[in-house]
Amino acid sequence: MTKLVDAFKNRKAFVAFITCGDPTLENTKQVVRAAVRGGADLIELGIPFSDPTAEGPVIQGANVRALAGGVTTDKIFEMVEDLRKYVTVPMLFMTYANVVFSYGIDRFCKRCAEVGINGMILPDVPFEEKEEFAPTCREYGLDFVSLIAPTSADRIAKIAASAEGFVYCVSSLGVTGMRTNITTDIGAMVKLVREANPEIPCAIGFGISTPEQAKKMALQADGVIVGSAIVNRVAEYGLDAAPVVYDYVKSMKDAIS
Amino acid sequence: MEEKIGRFGKHGGQYIPETLMNAVIELEKAYNFYKNDPSFQKELQDLFNDYAGRPSRLYYAAKMTADLGGAKIYLKREDLNHTGAHKINNVLGQALLAKKMGKTRLIAETGAGQHGVATATAAALMGMECVVFMGKEDTERQALNVYRMRLMGAKVVPVTTGTATLKDAVSEAMREWTNRIEDTHYCLGSCMGPHPFPTIVRDFQAVISKEIKEQILAKEGRLPDAVIACVGGGSNAIGAFYNFIEDKNVRLIGCEAAGRGIDTFETAATINTGKLGIFHGMKSYFCQDKYGQIAPVYSISAGLDYPGIGPEHAYLHDIGRAEYVPVTDEEAVEAFEYLSRMEGIIPAIESAHALSYAIKLAPTMKKDQIIVVNISGRGDKDCAAIARYRGENIYD
Repeated sequence: MTKLVDAFKNRKAFVAFITCGDPTLENTKQVVRAAVRGGADLIELGIPFSDPTAEGPVIQGANVRALAGGVTTDKIFEMVEDLRKYVTVPMLFMTYANVVFSYGIDRFCKRCAEVGINGMILPDVPFEEKEEFAPTCREYGLDFVSLIAPTSADRIAKIAASAEGFVYCVSSLGVTGMRTNITTDIGAMVKLVREANPEIPCAIGFGISTPEQAKKMALQADGVIVGSAIVNRVAEYGLDAAPVVYDYVKSMKDAIS
Repeated sequence: MEEKIGRFGKHGGQYIPETLMNAVIELEKAYNFYKNDPSFQKELQDLFNDYAGRPSRLYYAAKMTADLGGAKIYLKREDLNHTGAHKINNVLGQALLAKKMGKTRLIAETGAGQHGVATATAAALMGMECVVFMGKEDTERQALNVYRMRLMGAKVVPVTTGTATLKDAVSEAMREWTNRIEDTHYCLGSCMGPHPFPTIVRDFQAVISKEIKEQILAKEGRLPDAVIACVGGGSNAIGAFYNFIEDKNVRLIGCEAAGRGIDTFETAATINTGKLGIFHGMKSYFCQDKYGQIAPVYSISAGLDYPGIGPEHAYLHDIGRAEYVPVTDEEAVEAFEYLSRMEGIIPAIESAHALSYAIKLAPTMKKDQIIVVNISGRGDKDCAAIARYRGENIYD
């Protein structure tokens, strides 16, 4: 079975974030396949939430469009099941605690495993609360991915020590979204992760949008995560977004290879 | 009441982004130090007394009591506090704490504007920068409060995301906090959010029940039979309940905003229509759909227009210690008009929800029994909106 760590084997991984159902689930399938063709090593699928407190305006907008289009957790599971016929790279969900909790943690994880999802990221579940979710994930072979932030400092060691899949290294303060400058000392954060857990890959996300930024970040870690820059293209091109996303992902993947 | 740190039974917790974790840990440490620090407590007490005008009065509503013909009704006059509501209690506590922590900037969410006004007030008093997030719809419903905040030097940011009401203002304030932590304290306005906020806010509001207890013992020589307060997030209610929780003979009754009724979608009655969930940093009851999407709630009262409830209330509900009853817009408006005519006191529309239930309950009780209603705020801010509700063409 595919594992998240496979995305990082012998290469710098490019992780593409896509909000499910923006503006339709059929479009999401096309965009995911385009991203994979463009070289994405790992696909992060956002399940929309009504109140995404960790997101900036771009991904908030995608959530609004997707929910307005009638997307639900069940419909997303069906979409992933279909997508798995074409996509072999690992895929994980990014959503909020209440989406998983309200579905039933066990029922949610079971469905993830059935449709071929390999893990999840819940940005509103920090280390202190992860035991509510992580053991059930483990039971179904899913990785519960932990985040570290520029403010984590002394917390990095314990988070990294029990991390699964990869560590999501948040590049900057604030919410998701494109940034001109990333000023955090990423190298120092990654070093602390490596000291606590030499095996776990580190991927950097939040604020990365250009090939130059991606290249710089990839030199300091095992992969880069890009969300808003892709979602922005989906917002702009809608049902015609797939070829644009392909070109963009290819340029990003080339930059980090 | 906590079974473990930050939990009230199964409720509470710290469901927030990693970026904020060290900030809430730092806040908890500072709070645990200062809550036992006599000089901090003295400074806060002086602010309560000399600046906010505490203790607030416990007023025997003789005319209302005679009219209803049942239990004796006392009104806890939090509406007489500086800034016109109970919100100032929590804000003075948190602003003083933030200042001790070396923070120079306060951010806050506000619904009706009372917490925003209180935060702007404390920031002006303590020489701190202040930014208040307010749903765009609420900035229109409560335009005068926006002006008040600006008058005191605060910046008001209209929030256009989601339903553009209180919940979206909380989300936006949380986003801003992740963006700027070093010099900024998030002055959360209700007994909700991630630990330690529900505990801190409850402790600062508990002065309400501490005073009620002393005042009622002085006036009546006994405890009340019921304490009634309105509940949105629930800060005035937890403040009015807290020192009575161990007094099992005192009924604690929280009044939720039912909006157009709990059998409609236009309601904000969380306990009566919501289910267990995780949102805004806490596990508690929330109005939501079957997929966990938070519901766009509704109430005539901007201050109760929130899809969740503080975790300690959720726990008091679970163990049956407190009752939570729904009160509709129409019932609240009738109570608003009733108290104005009967006692010459115009209550906040939020507090009118509590009054409405007291009006129902009092006639069913004996004349030697006692009800205390927490008048959490004054109603000046609501007059134009209630006039419009009654078909008059009046604007702020």
